[in-house]
Amino acid sequence: MKKFVLTAAAAAVTLSLGLGTAHAAEAIKAPSKSWSFSGVFGTYDQAQLQRGYQVYKEVCSSCHGMDLIAFRNLADLGYNEDELKALAAEYEVTDGPDDDGEMFDRTARLSDYFPSPFPNAKAAAASNGGAIPPDLSLVAKARVGGPDYLYALLTGYEEDVSADVLQSIYETETHKREVQYAADLEAYSVKKAKYDEAVKTDSSLKEPKMPEDPGPVESVEDLGLPDTSSFNAYFPGYGIAMAAPLADESVEYSDGTPATLSNHAADVSAFMMWAAEPSMDQRKQMGIKVILFLLVFTGILYAAKRKCWSDVH
Amino acid sequence: MSEHLKTNNAVIKWIDHRLPVFSMMNETMIDYPAPKNLNYWWNFGSLAGLALVVMIVTGIVLAMQYTAHVDYAFNSVERIMRDVNGGWLVRYIHMNMASFFFIAVFIHMFRGLYYGSYKAPREILWMLGVVILLLMMATAFMGYVLPWGQMSFWGATVITNLFSAFPLIGESIVTWLWGGFSVDNPTLNRFFALHYLLPFVIVGVVAVHLWALHRFGSNNPLGIEAKGPQDKIPFHPYYTVKDAFGVGVFLLAFSGFLFFAPNFMGHPDNYIPANPLVTPAHIVPEWYFLPFYAILRSIPDKLMGVLAMFASIGILFILPWLDRSPVRSAKFRPVYKWFFWLFFANCLLLGWVGQEAAEGLPLLLGRLATAYYFIHFLVILPLLGVMERPKPLPVSISEPVLKGGGALAGAAAKPMEKA
Ligand code: HEC
Ligand code: HEM
Repeated sequence: MKKFVLTAAAAAVTLSLGLGTAHAAEAIKAPSKSWSFSGVFGTYDQAQLQRGYQVYKEVCSSCHGMDLIAFRNLADLGYNEDELKALAAEYEVTDGPDDDGEMFDRTARLSDYFPSPFPNAKAAAASNGGAIPPDLSLVAKARVGGPDYLYALLTGYEEDVSADVLQSIYETETHKREVQYAADLEAYSVKKAKYDEAVKTDSSLKEPKMPEDPGPVESVEDLGLPDTSSFNAYFPGYGIAMAAPLADESVEYSDGTPATLSNHAADVSAFMMWAAEPSMDQRKQMGIKVILFLLVFTGILYAAKRKCWSDVH
Repeated sequence: MSEHLKTNNAVIKWIDHRLPVFSMMNETMIDYPAPKNLNYWWNFGSLAGLALVVMIVTGIVLAMQYTAHVDYAFNSVERIMRDVNGGWLVRYIHMNMASFFFIAVFIHMFRGLYYGSYKAPREILWMLGVVILLLMMATAFMGYVLPWGQMSFWGATVITNLFSAFPLIGESIVTWLWGGFSVDNPTLNRFFALHYLLPFVIVGVVAVHLWALHRFGSNNPLGIEAKGPQDKIPFHPYYTVKDAFGVGVFLLAFSGFLFFAPNFMGHPDNYIPANPLVTPAHIVPEWYFLPFYAILRSIPDKLMGVLAMFASIGILFILPWLDRSPVRSAKFRPVYKWFFWLFFANCLLLGWVGQEAAEGLPLLLGRLATAYYFIHFLVILPLLGVMERPKPLPVSISEPVLKGGGALAGAAAKPMEKA
């Protein structure tokens, strides 16, 4: 383990010093979307958060935990205490040890945190073809683009993205391959020349292999993603180990909102944003007051400064 | 001393006679004579001081709730954000004020470069400032490790690993810094201890910095010494009100980030708990380290890179002796003025390079910019001191420039040359 960390550290240094050439594949940038909480005056839409919670609960929670969220936190979504207790009561949690030293199961209380779907990371990986579904409590702040990225990701599977998006991915990937191929060819010709020279004296040398033309990317298959992953236009490298979790009619909303993929994705993304930043509404409200105060305060100080300095010069 | 203290309060007089704190405060903040022509670039010293106080106050509050342990640190910060009353506010203030502290200090330093504030007799004052910068960098680096996110962990790993570049003793230094064989719990603990300590060391150095400042008083935009009382005004009320106005503007800009984009200057990866088994695609330090990081990476040899990075700050210590021009202010240095702005643009370029992957164009630009950074100090400044013909200096702060006073400029410059 120690050795591994040291090697990893050394690798990181090499990488960051620019000696390595490894480069994470970029995906396309998620388009920005307008949210109820966008902008200075934007606030969370409680009805949307409730729908988002429903999507999380019915779809995502079988794979993804939300360790930092307790049932009591859902009060932010507009549920009253009885509703919250009813929500919590749907879950069983392990508690203990009791007086006999035994662990026991009981129904969840408001103070309990969302239970994890898997007992540990190994179990999570084992059930998901080796990939670990990340905890979603902070994911909205842990990805560039935040909720825009999450929405794009959830609606970014092959059947769901527009032909234009696919086309632009094919073009950039084709271009990348051409550049790489040209570089490989050049490296090859240098090696080949060296070989041609050296083989005259040493016939046991192996002839360098000519690189193969990878050809253009014209379909998702041409990207050569591993079997265990699905194409996603917005996931770095395009291959994600999560099969499309949402589709039209994935959950049935009780408030009459159409059960479309787009609504599901937007609602659950908003919910994840709330989970990552529950104090956002409070923060912005305070910010507006503080800025108004500071404007007045600074204005008065400016006037005072002008007055005070009027006799200098 | 106490003769100057204007008060009728018997208690204050009694104390001041025995322990002249009130006289001292009076002399440093009230009656303290300052040049009357200071412009707004002179606000940034007091703003940096404000930032330091805010950092210490919010830091102490955070420390009451924070747990310096690899298993709990990340979640303890999230508890501060979620469950501690006003915790999100305190934490976001601490996070964003760290950036604004650096903004204030960088502007403060460029001000010094432009107006030649590092020249005699203020060399020690300047050098103390560079010490403060180094301490701030150490403090901020270790603070960034505390929330124990991915960037915390990998940033700490990459930066501490730099010391392994030193021949023979390098590996031992790194092990010693880590308190083990990787960045781990002992590292986090010592970083927390030092992160708590260093700000108070900074307070101490700031006090000495001000002591040195008050020996000759502030420099000013004209870069000439104040000649007499007509050139000076008492600090209070003139500069107290001007500084207070500056604080208002500073806090407005700060509030914009604090309340509406608190994570703008942070890195998303730091909201992922540290994982020694997963290396982030790009390891980038906080923005205020980017120019130095660019210098580090632009040199292919690791040891030379590390030395160049330290030298880029170290060179500021000898700046007063590299710039031989007798004229302080760039106002009267027609050629230096251009090189100042070129140097400034070069620093911005280095900052941009620092956040790009070190390859291709950024790498090339980084190398050129690094070379130019040192050329500015080692070649351009010494040469300008000899070759540049400064404009005539005004006779005094209160009097306008005398026409055709080339000889006079030389005369005014003489005493400084000797100093
Ligand atoms: C069958 C299990 C499963 C379900 C159900 C599921 N996910 Fe995932 N999810 C995964 C796995 C596995 C990964 C890791 C993918 C990878 O690293 O390639 C993942 C990754 C993610 C990521 C991280 C992507 C990134 O940028 O790293 C997000 C966000 C996410 N899922 C959201 C959701 C949401 C929202 C839902 C519910 C609508 C959901 N998931 C349902 C298994 C699942
Ligand atoms: C020179 C002044 C200081 C600077 C520049 C500074 C800088 C920083 C930075 C950059 C962080 C990381 C912020 C984040 O991403 O969360 C941090 C965190 C922290 N600092 Fe400081 N700090 C200073 C003073 C202090 C003081 C005086 C204390 C306490 C005594 C303190 C306590 C903490 C704690 C507990 C954290 C971790 C909590 C958190 O991450 O928000 N700091 N500091």
